[in-house]
Amino acid sequence: MKKVKRIFTYLFLSIASIISIFPFLWMLVSMTNKSVDVTQGKLLPGTHFIENVKGLFNTVDIGTALINSTIIAVITTFLTLLIGSLAGYGFEIYRSRGKDMIFNILLLSMMIPFAAIMIPLYRFFGGVSASVPFLGIDTLAAAILPTVITAFFIFFFRQNTKMFAKELVEAGRIDGLSELGIFFRIYLPTMKTTYAAAAIIAFMNSWNNYLWPLVVLQSPENQTIPLLISNLGAGYSPDYGLIMTAIVIATLPTAIVFFVMQRHFVAGMMGSVKG
Amino acid sequence: MSQVTHGTSYPSNKKSFSNKLRKNYIGWLFILLSVLGISLFYFYPMVQAFILSLKSGMGANLEFVGFENYARLFNDPTFISALTNTFIYLLVQVPAMIILALIFSVLLNDSTLKFRGFFRTAIFLPCVTSLVAYAVIFKYLFAVDGLVNKFLMDLSLISEPLDWLADPFLAKITIIIAITWRWTGYNMIFYLSALQNVDKSMYEAARIDGASSIQQFFYITIPMLKPIILFTSIVSTIGTLQLFDEVMNITNGGPGNATLSISMYIYNLSFEYTPDFGYAATVSYVIVILVVILSFIQFKVAGDRK
Repeated sequence: MKKVKRIFTYLFLSIASIISIFPFLWMLVSMTNKSVDVTQGKLLPGTHFIENVKGLFNTVDIGTALINSTIIAVITTFLTLLIGSLAGYGFEIYRSRGKDMIFNILLLSMMIPFAAIMIPLYRFFGGVSASVPFLGIDTLAAAILPTVITAFFIFFFRQNTKMFAKELVEAGRIDGLSELGIFFRIYLPTMKTTYAAAAIIAFMNSWNNYLWPLVVLQSPENQTIPLLISNLGAGYSPDYGLIMTAIVIATLPTAIVFFVMQRHFVAGMMGSVKG
Repeated sequence: MSQVTHGTSYPSNKKSFSNKLRKNYIGWLFILLSVLGISLFYFYPMVQAFILSLKSGMGANLEFVGFENYARLFNDPTFISALTNTFIYLLVQVPAMIILALIFSVLLNDSTLKFRGFFRTAIFLPCVTSLVAYAVIFKYLFAVDGLVNKFLMDLSLISEPLDWLADPFLAKITIIIAITWRWTGYNMIFYLSALQNVDKSMYEAARIDGASSIQQFFYITIPMLKPIILFTSIVSTIGTLQLFDEVMNITNGGPGNATLSISMYIYNLSFEYTPDFGYAATVSYVIVILVVILSFIQFKVAGDRK
């Protein structure tokens, strides 16, 4: 009886694993095949990889999209970490009733659906366009700004700051460091793992973000990777080999981060419930 | 959010009053940017969206109409489809995914199981894909000449290809399967880490008392994981209410409006049809209200079973 149960467990988990992995294998295999072969259901690697990559770079401006996505993701990650950790640290180290109240109010913003603020934000950046062109609609700055400051990261850093030894702050003060000096010279270096986990999440969110860039970035030279893939996928006569190559390129950065830093990756995802 | 409450021990040192005041003032500087940012990019737009929801008109020519837009909701068949679809996704997909994730985590929590690491990584892997990327892949997998049909025909489960994306019912199923594929592993990771904190002796005691593994699941695992199940179901509910990327890229809302989500309808009202920002803002407030009500209900339900 116990043995039968075991076999079913393995069978069930194996099927689940195959279903989970199959789309990845399929996109990797299809990346090396011609479009016709992909539609015919070929599941073995082919020899069309170089042609697919060439075709991709010739038909769409994936180079520009990669650069845009990278610029947006790197700047967003940097600012998110800086501003989020400053606030998380501030709320926890300089705790007061007033700040706790504000913290709770900020947390409410996590319940705000993006669709609800999308239109006012669009109109806001539309209004800015006339006076400050580099910040208006269809600029990378507009794609970045509203996504940088989120209650999630403030919460994440505050939770992790609870585990930071507060005596270090006092020690820093005795050593004559300024309050900001304590943050940059003591807190930041000791919280490397927290920053790593936060960086992974912020980068992934930004790299994969779709709705806001779709609304705010209109010209082809400002396209990001998700917008490019969405456009390719919506075509009437898609070249499957080519699209799969684009999807693999889009997935590669996050997949590499996952496999190289699995521990931080999971820690980042769970950050919101720890502590 | 259950994490909001903290112990209330405020620092009370004996340092001079002015020193304390200075530190307090520096503390405010640390949080200043975040407070300004969230006010400017979240709270202020929320207020604006509400004001906008009381106006109507095309493009920039908006005039005040009071609550007319809210009344219009009830007679708008497209909105009613979008709302119905969203509820179908909520009622079918969220529970199915949570149950599946719970089963995976319980099976994988067994330390005598071989290849645990492999199974865990495999089931979690879908989380690394971007929503757009996997949506496009699923669109092709479920095409009439796609691999899913080929596979089902090879197994003789169906005799001719199903038109997954053109049939109102099957299209919804496709969306539900896709979301479940993407997010089950994500939820599983939360349950797995919570299970590690459950006292093993409880299971041993239950086994000695003759409880089957199914009884153990319902009487130990579920009650012990209740807070985390609540957390994940609220996150999933909020996520499903905002569903956009998948619907946009797999079915584009079709066939007809059979898979249209509320977020996608808002997008269409603002950027696809002749822009009616006022009415779009009204629809967006429906999501806000739903998020508040559903989170409240989930808290109540979970609280009552204590």
